[in-house]
Amino acid sequence: MISMVRSSRLALSAYELVEEFRCGSMSIEDYMASLLERIESIDGRINAYITVNEHALEEARKMDRLVRAGSDGNSNSGHGGGDQALLGVPLAVKDNISTLGIRTTCASRMLADYVPVYDATVVKRLKGAGAIVIGKTNMDEFGMGSTTEFSAFGATRNPWKEDRVAGGSSGGSGAALAACMASIALGSDTGGSVRCPASFCSVYGLKPTYGLLSRYGLISYASSLDCIGLMARSVHDLALMLRAAGRDEHDHTSIDSTLDLRLECTDLKGLRFALIKEVMESEGMDAPVRDCMMDAVSSVEQLGATVEEVSMPVLRYALASYYTIAMAEASSNLARYDGVRYGHTMQPDGVAWNEFYSTIRSNFGSEVKRRIMLGTYVLSSGYYGRYYMKAQQARALIRDGMMMVLKDHDAVMTPTMPVLPPRIGERVSDPLRLYTIDICTVVANLAGIPALSIPYSMHDGLPIGIQFMAGHLGEPLLLRIAHALESAREGKVRRCML
Amino acid sequence: MNGSADDAMVRIGLEIHCQLTALRSKLFCPCPAEYRGKEPNTNVCPVCLGMPGTLPLLNKRAVEYAVMLALALNCSIPERITFYRKNYFYPDLPKNFQITQYNAYEQASVGVGGSIVLDDLEGKRVRIRRLQLEEDPGRLVYEGSIDTSNYALVDYNRAGVALVEIVTEPDFREPGEVRVFLNMLASILEHLGICDTTLEGAVRCDANVSMGDQARVEIKNINSFRDVERAIAFEMTRQRNLISRGIEIRGETRHWDDARRVTVQARAKEEEEDYRYFPEPDIPSIEISRMDVEAIRGSMPELPHARVERFVREYNLQRDTARVLVGEKVLADMLETGLKYYNNARSIANWIVTDLKGYMERYGGSGVSGGGGNGNGNGDGSGSGSGSNSILAKVTARHIAELAMLVDSGRINRTVARQIMQSAISTGILPSEAVKSMNAGMLSDRDELSPIVERVLKEERKAVIDALSNEKALNYLLGKVMRYSKGRADPRLVLDMLRERVTREGK
Repeated sequence: MISMVRSSRLALSAYELVEEFRCGSMSIEDYMASLLERIESIDGRINAYITVNEHALEEARKMDRLVRAGSDGNSNSGHGGGDQALLGVPLAVKDNISTLGIRTTCASRMLADYVPVYDATVVKRLKGAGAIVIGKTNMDEFGMGSTTEFSAFGATRNPWKEDRVAGGSSGGSGAALAACMASIALGSDTGGSVRCPASFCSVYGLKPTYGLLSRYGLISYASSLDCIGLMARSVHDLALMLRAAGRDEHDHTSIDSTLDLRLECTDLKGLRFALIKEVMESEGMDAPVRDCMMDAVSSVEQLGATVEEVSMPVLRYALASYYTIAMAEASSNLARYDGVRYGHTMQPDGVAWNEFYSTIRSNFGSEVKRRIMLGTYVLSSGYYGRYYMKAQQARALIRDGMMMVLKDHDAVMTPTMPVLPPRIGERVSDPLRLYTIDICTVVANLAGIPALSIPYSMHDGLPIGIQFMAGHLGEPLLLRIAHALESAREGKVRRCML
Repeated sequence: MNGSADDAMVRIGLEIHCQLTALRSKLFCPCPAEYRGKEPNTNVCPVCLGMPGTLPLLNKRAVEYAVMLALALNCSIPERITFYRKNYFYPDLPKNFQITQYNAYEQASVGVGGSIVLDDLEGKRVRIRRLQLEEDPGRLVYEGSIDTSNYALVDYNRAGVALVEIVTEPDFREPGEVRVFLNMLASILEHLGICDTTLEGAVRCDANVSMGDQARVEIKNINSFRDVERAIAFEMTRQRNLISRGIEIRGETRHWDDARRVTVQARAKEEEEDYRYFPEPDIPSIEISRMDVEAIRGSMPELPHARVERFVREYNLQRDTARVLVGEKVLADMLETGLKYYNNARSIANWIVTDLKGYMERYGGSGVSGGGGNGNGNGDGSGSGSGSNSILAKVTARHIAELAMLVDSGRINRTVARQIMQSAISTGILPSEAVKSMNAGMLSDRDELSPIVERVLKEERKAVIDALSNEKALNYLLGKVMRYSKGRADPRLVLDMLRERVTREGK
């Protein structure tokens, strides 16, 4: 018999949940059922999920049996192997991350019925730690967008103000966390796609060091920039999720690492942060965001950090470099969607190849088509040197510039997004203006370094996040900063609506 | 445009694709490299099918093998090897791009700037422009022919198999040179043990031909080494013909039609293909240190050139004989195995080169064949046929060694030896056994031979008279005796007897 849990409990962090599940004060099945009911009742409006895992309850039940078996037998043993650090935790997964047996659409008509035959490595590892996939979240088609408006399944609404976008492209994951429809979430971040919705939805969004989380199973948008990102309502949960990190034999670009993720220190003594002059002086920054940023600077100073301004003129090339590389790689990565092997297709009889391809591929959304065409153009012979190669050179300069700054400073501090969450429909009609709001986030992807968006404050009920970028494998430092701010700003910032 | 077509300098270059058939798995996934004879689309996995989210996983051994071949072709090995994506849409390509290598922006293919010296062409040097590692596409299967079929079926079993592409400079002047080069290459591949050139489709060859300052014509879809020669010869005639009529040669791609033995224009492309090459972001560049290269060099088996020299030096073989043997590794191996049974290299070598090779050629084309070309091939190429292979399945080094020993020791004559060879080919019986079961072995008893000799002398009066003045006529008589004795007569004894009798007749 399922008994619903009190709705306030849906806001618990994963690490708190695991404790409750372990001691048996709450059954995983009850919790899952309550979450599913919440999704049922509010997601019609929010549209965070494209697909809900129809086996979630069943899996929760199975997990409950394991817990009981564990406590009946030798009580100190793990449950079902591994340390089960995420025992029974409901995990939302962005719909461009492969899940065995659960359709994975990339929010595209091209993959509307595509069901993967394998789990992404990160999903596999989190499931191995006890997490239960509750559903697949909405996004901009193939990750191309910053608002989750470019979805074949409709836009995701911001739970804090439903006429606003949730950010993107991992908008569904951000909204699901903010609206307590999941406990932790996976997103993907090619140019800010985890940090942007984290900032707009007032949750944490970590883009790890390139390669720290295996990309195997993440459906490629721009391979050299893509990262699976982690989203959560607490810093502790991010640390738990980082257990999925480490070398994966299925991904040549994955890296080995052992990170010390203990969260003990609650001050920032001795740390030096850099502000980037060109970002702070940018005209594109909304006033409330600037105010919030100044407040954040004084907060970290109070916690013992020193903050200095540095100049990085090379950032002028960041957006152009980012979009050129991303689109070029996308044009190649998305070539495989041709209706021959999987995904959207049609009767091929009597149709010539080229006609077949163009008919099938007309099912991409307009933004995806735009990026494929631009990417095709920049790689064309005769233009390669003028665009793609130049973009790579600029990327190298930006990476070197960041490394220089990070030699003298522990982290770089920027607003995550220079603007407040736009109204739905406000920006999609002007792609160039839309692209410019990624200015602070693309830098970390170009440089391959980790970056974390921390929910900092609200303006008129709209969340504002602050971003910290650290050096290669600087995740422990980023978590330390977030942890210090989380403690310091207890009660001043809400990370979910309940 | 002026000048006679016959004087125009001919330039022929080759692009050869060799599958690394010795690998256990494909180039970027753990699927078996051996795809032949399997149900369509069963030798596949999410990676080689290009399922969303999958990533290529480089087969390190493939790089090693490719480096070996590059070293054997005297290429230099760049310190950084990079893969590129070649983007084009074709249904046999699961990702709609091929992971390959590209040298336009940097010298980053496994091998660059090599050359090979062809002893059979008086030391002619053929330059190798580059050697690159890439993945094989799947295969299209048409109902009937490519032109009449309403649909194509795709089989991805082959997709992702490791290929080495070798591009030569246009250093050949005539088709025969190409044949010599390809045989040499096949021998190198066999000696390295990285490619079984007898497997259907394991080695494929495209050629390009140009005359003087005329445009270059590419010929694709050539399915066997023999056809490479034919296709080039046809193309040269065609171009000479056009030039002599004052018609300019168009740069184009033509297909070899092996049924009609002509090259035909490939369907005209609407526009120039643009492959939009860029570095493969899923595979980091591979650093190859000089130490790595030297380690690979050190692990390489003996190459054909060195083996020829060793055969001459150690076994005292004629250089020509040694070259013929080494030209087909199985033959050279047969000699060296045969030495365990009979330590007379020259004798065994002669048996292999004169007799065995003759049988192999008669029972089926020896050497290398090829399968469908890239993409546009209409499925399978003609296989090499199993003739020569089936002979080698029955006739081993031990057979040849025993045969040579039996003849050299005078226990049987060559005619009997050939009969034994025949039965070995059909039954696999060892010569030593065959001799036993032929029971008598050689007829070397004067009393037994005498009636046969007398019969021949009676029948061949004219030859007997000739023989008085011409020793050669004796051989004719000997042949007759051999035939009547079904080859069992001891020829030396018969010759003695004939000489005595003829002399007596003359008196």
